[in-house]
Amino acid sequence: MQMHDAKRIEIMIEQIMERRLTDLLIEAGVKGFSVLPVRGGSGRSGLWSRQGQVGRAEGLSCVVCLIQPDRLDALLEAIFPVLDRHIGVVNIADAKVLRAELF
Amino acid sequence: MDMILTLAAQNLLSPIILCFALGVAAALARSDLNFPEAIAKGMSLYLLFAIGFKGGASVAGHGVDGQLIASLVAGVILSALLPLIAFALLRSMTKLSTLDAAAVAAHYGSISIVTFVAGSSILEAQGIEFEGYMVAVAAAMEAPAIVSALWLISRQGEGAKSMDGALMREIMLNGSIVLLVGSFVIGMVTGKDGLSEIAPFISAPFKGVLCLFLLDMGLVAGRGLARAKGAVSGATIAFGLIMPLIGAAIGLLAALVLGLSVGGAALMMVLSASASYIAVPAAMRVALPEANPAVYLTLSLGITFPFNLTLGIPLYVATASAVIGG
Repeated sequence: MQMHDAKRIEIMIEQIMERRLTDLLIEAGVKGFSVLPVRGGSGRSGLWSRQGQVGRAEGLSCVVCLIQPDRLDALLEAIFPVLDRHIGVVNIADAKVLRAELF
Repeated sequence: MDMILTLAAQNLLSPIILCFALGVAAALARSDLNFPEAIAKGMSLYLLFAIGFKGGASVAGHGVDGQLIASLVAGVILSALLPLIAFALLRSMTKLSTLDAAAVAAHYGSISIVTFVAGSSILEAQGIEFEGYMVAVAAAMEAPAIVSALWLISRQGEGAKSMDGALMREIMLNGSIVLLVGSFVIGMVTGKDGLSEIAPFISAPFKGVLCLFLLDMGLVAGRGLARAKGAVSGATIAFGLIMPLIGAAIGLLAALVLGLSVGGAALMMVLSASASYIAVPAAMRVALPEANPAVYLTLSLGITFPFNLTLGIPLYVATASAVIGG
């Protein structure tokens, strides 16, 4: 079956910044993305868990999208303002997709 | 003084405070006692709706007057003023950076609605009446403190994000405020008739739900308390215990100027003494991401919140009774 190259961008971002990030993704012309809850983990500040948190100040969300490789640099520049000063991780990986026109 | 201590001791043995203490103890003992997030959220929505509706219905009874307007204005001024005092105190007492001190200060100008709900419930249990519009005062005190903190930072030349439209909308339209103000307005429009229609739902189960909710909040505060070890210095913890007392004293002065009842004065003290742990931390993550959340969350949720719930509210009610009640 014919496969096409794509880039998979996975962004861990503070919950409170999630909406700002997804707004920028839409503005930048990303055709689709998924937002996943993050239950807990460990980072520079040690172990943390979503359990018992009472507000949106502490938790993280995971935003995943697939784009065509030639759009990567422009997209990263567009979303950088909401990532620059905040806790988070941007992870980019090569991917293959079946229907390139969807991305 | 004896009367204040006696009243405070009586309040300490109320079911809601004992439930909170149970939660704190369970968390510190590392029990696996836990509430599903959806249930905790549901209880919080129920309590906000009930307290807002009852406040609105009470205002419908005697109408909007000058004292209501003056109390709202006083709430806004207190919320804007308290961060300035907190900031000065933090800078003199602790070694916190300007950014961290401003972020912490914002929490102490804003309010904890759970502390307010607990305070009003204790007043009801003692048969002490209070002005129903104190619910609206609580809502008015949520945001001005954030503006003060951002002003403090900009004055120091540090890099804070400005209060943009999106941030202002998130603060003013956060779910708790919308529900509280919305149910207050519905209560005001429908009055005593509306209240009697839904009283079996919002009055009878209220205290039981509040007990369970505070048990959950005790678990949260207990975990915050455990996190205090190493996260904040002794001087910073001392601030978390002193600042509520200063806030309460200023709240009492405001209540005396406004001519509030004993119950209204106690609630003004509770509001001025409480520290936000939902709206302000979220705003600080957006506007001051470099400020350390471990410091401000530990202080507001792990130190000041349990202090107010266990010792503060009984003390404020007793002091208001002694000063205003004669």
